Amino acid sequence: MKHLDLSELTALLRECAGQEEGVDLDGDVLDTPFTDLGYDSLAMLQTTGRIERDYEVTLDGIVDGAGTPHAYLDAVNRALAAQEAA
Amino acid sequence: MTTTSPVCAPSPSPATRPGTAVVTGIGVAAPNGFGTAAWWAAVLRGESGIGPITRFDASGYPVRLAGEVPGFVAADHVSSRLLPQTDRVTRLSLAVAREALDDAGVDPAGLPDYGAGVVTASSAGGFEFGQRELQALWSRGSRYVSAYQSFAWFYAVNTGQISIRHGLRGPSGAVVSEQAGGLDAVAQARRQIRRGTPLMITGGVDSALCPWGWAAHLADGRLSTADDPAVAFLPFDAGARGHVVGEGGALFVLEEAEAARERGAAVYGSIAGCAATFDADGSAHLADAARLALADAGVTRHDIDVVFADAAGDRAADRAEAAAIAGLFGRFGVPVTAPKSMAGRLLAGGASLDLAAALLALRDQVIPPTTGTRRPADDCPIDLVTGAPRRGVRLRTALVLARGQGGFNAAAVVSRAD
Amino acid sequence: MKRVVITGMGVVAPGGVGAKAFWELLTAGRTATREITLFDAAPYRSRIAAEADFDPAEHGFDPAEAERLDRAAQFALVAAREALADSGVQDTLDPSRTGVSLGSAVGCTTGLDTEYAVVSNSGRDWAVDHDRAVPHLYDYFVPSSLAAEVARAAGAQGPVSLVSNGCTSGLDAIGYAAELIREGSADVMLTGATDAPISPITVACFDAIKATSPRNDDPATASRPFDRTRNGFVLGEGSAVLVLEEFERARRRGAPVYAEISGFASRSNAYHMTGLRTDGREMAEAIRAALDEARLDRTAVGYVNAHGSGTRQNDRHETAALKRSLGSHAHDVPVSSIKSMIGHSLGAIGSLEVAASALAITHHTVPPTANLHEPDPECDLDYTPNTAREQRTDTVLSVGSGFGGFQSAIVLTRPRLAEAA
Repeated sequence: MKHLDLSELTALLRECAGQEEGVDLDGDVLDTPFTDLGYDSLAMLQTTGRIERDYEVTLDGIVDGAGTPHAYLDAVNRALAAQEAA
Repeated sequence: MTTTSPVCAPSPSPATRPGTAVVTGIGVAAPNGFGTAAWWAAVLRGESGIGPITRFDASGYPVRLAGEVPGFVAADHVSSRLLPQTDRVTRLSLAVAREALDDAGVDPAGLPDYGAGVVTASSAGGFEFGQRELQALWSRGSRYVSAYQSFAWFYAVNTGQISIRHGLRGPSGAVVSEQAGGLDAVAQARRQIRRGTPLMITGGVDSALCPWGWAAHLADGRLSTADDPAVAFLPFDAGARGHVVGEGGALFVLEEAEAARERGAAVYGSIAGCAATFDADGSAHLADAARLALADAGVTRHDIDVVFADAAGDRAADRAEAAAIAGLFGRFGVPVTAPKSMAGRLLAGGASLDLAAALLALRDQVIPPTTGTRRPADDCPIDLVTGAPRRGVRLRTALVLARGQGGFNAAAVVSRAD
Repeated sequence: MKRVVITGMGVVAPGGVGAKAFWELLTAGRTATREITLFDAAPYRSRIAAEADFDPAEHGFDPAEAERLDRAAQFALVAAREALADSGVQDTLDPSRTGVSLGSAVGCTTGLDTEYAVVSNSGRDWAVDHDRAVPHLYDYFVPSSLAAEVARAAGAQGPVSLVSNGCTSGLDAIGYAAELIREGSADVMLTGATDAPISPITVACFDAIKATSPRNDDPATASRPFDRTRNGFVLGEGSAVLVLEEFERARRRGAPVYAEISGFASRSNAYHMTGLRTDGREMAEAIRAALDEARLDRTAVGYVNAHGSGTRQNDRHETAALKRSLGSHAHDVPVSSIKSMIGHSLGAIGSLEVAASALAITHHTVPPTANLHEPDPECDLDYTPNTAREQRTDTVLSVGSGFGGFQSAIVLTRPRLAEAA
């Protein structure tokens, strides 16, 4: 079953949008808002596009309100589970 | 005024008129040197930056030489967050803009609200970035196109990113007129100074060294196919056979003269006059642009101490430019030089780099040489400075000429500060 | 200070070629948005656009010209010819005193897209095959070719350039042209903008940032500026070219005058390449500076031709900017977005909006915002929903906002006022 975890997400964020100076993405960032991690809407769009392709899932309208890695991962994994079930 | 000027009422030095735009900072990225000091030293040594292309495999193309900016490590100049969303042309532009601001010793944050803007020249935008995204689109599908493509390739990208990095909220924009753009942008920035914006960052930095950009240059057919860097680009030479493309350019901090003086800024010189014309009917109007720029600066041809030529490296275009210069100044009537022989033609960056050379020539009282070309062709009756720098001439005012493919002409007059 | 007036106009827009067809579409409140026909858009998120029905042969381009000239160049040439004929200026032109300032956000992107596919073997080869390239590829590569084409057509030998400031290119090109006349660098300028962005790469890049509307099941009502249900802009294409002339010169030759360009200003947000601060302060500052240059009080503004792209963030940003700059007058003045009808043609749209603004003055009519049925509570101005409004219109403010952070404002006034000023 396909699943996205925090380390996979932070690796993709790094690759798609770089890393803000002074931010430790390997630390406890699960509930840190993306904006505090230095990621703007473009960074999230680029990363989401990448996940959609890599995981063959549609996230249009699904992750838009997810402001933290926690909420984002929940939304993505729900979509992956729903897709698996369908 | 030079001693040869005709008797007339002396006008105030252009650098002291209100609303005058003076250059207080210079940043450079050139094939023969990254950073103003490194580049200028190389220019005076006559050191060329033209060599075999390393940025892509050019072995299959009929042109394999270019001028690449050496030693540029993007991560040293651009944040990790910006790297995925910027083309090389934007990374170079950001580095060069920072050098210009540092050189001017000005912190834009200290200026009045909306007190600083950016006008850059562009030619093809972020073309290498664009090639990657076109490849993603055509080979894999639209979902593979980057979210950054919507701005990373477009013509205003360098202006936008410089504005964002330094918080410059004044009037800004981008101008495209091929090789003439490097002067047209400066002319436009100077207008904003006149209209009341105290500081502008302006000029051009360009780069499109990727196979897709190469295809465009090859289709154009003006490139030299020589494989020996020493003879590939020979402006005004009887053996001229086309030009070499390079990357880089220069950006300037332009300030209103009074404001610059008040803050005690070191001034390189003033942008005393600018003009642009177009060859709509097949006849050349480069000389008209030069005349208009002189008039705009309030100087006569006798005041011009050196001309930085467009230097196409094409026989017909060289003849036309030599005729324009000789027509204006007389045969062999003024020293002419083309230090771009060491860098290649840099698209929107070329004329800006020439402007930087002109300002530094005025500062150091030295005319940088045209390399490669040993002597101008018989049908180019100009006093071309070749071989070594020419010293011992009094340099107060310089004329910079530029031509953009398609008929664009631009000219700028720069005057020494004092 | 020299003054600058519009004495000629040419338009290529979705819904019709020519200024007359353009104005009829706008005042009828008809929309020209539809399913994309220019290429197969089936795989895309947004498959709708406002396309111009444009047959090169019908406009006198022979097959070789039609092949050489990018669609954006063809638009600009047709618009320029109409503008020159409309102004009657051609016989009086001094080439050395005539210039061109043409805007374009994405240049010859359609030509580049098509040619790339050929030389790269549909994206398979990084080392593209230059031998398969068309001889005019360089003209697509450096889009100053667009301005050069117009300059050659008009015989202009004065200052010529392409202004490329993203989606404010059109407004900025016109503002720049007016400045060249005011400072004495030219007496006549052909100015405006052109863009033909409905190509795979442009549709794909706006898909990637979800900026365009995915309302594929109802293309005709997809562009919904200021409406609660708006979900992005609809891509458009086209060109408007204006003849700008020094006022005294126009008066001497008895030229018809649409409007005076009374003020122009631009500012940058220095904030984000695509994002906007919600308070609209830089656009408000551009509006204030443009009115200042026009020496007009904000209450003089009789119609605001809005940027109104129909994205969530733009329409709120713009509403905030109008309130910030016009104060309580923002609630009294009619506002509308013609993008509701002809889509968003990137750099070209500013020129089309200035043309519409000049026509609003000529006809004392405010074009409507189509598809506005459920106003967004946060967009609480009078957006002239669905029906054009006949009303006295002497002063129009047109604004634009673009990627890169550019915010521009231009003020047009009735020529009668101009003469009295």
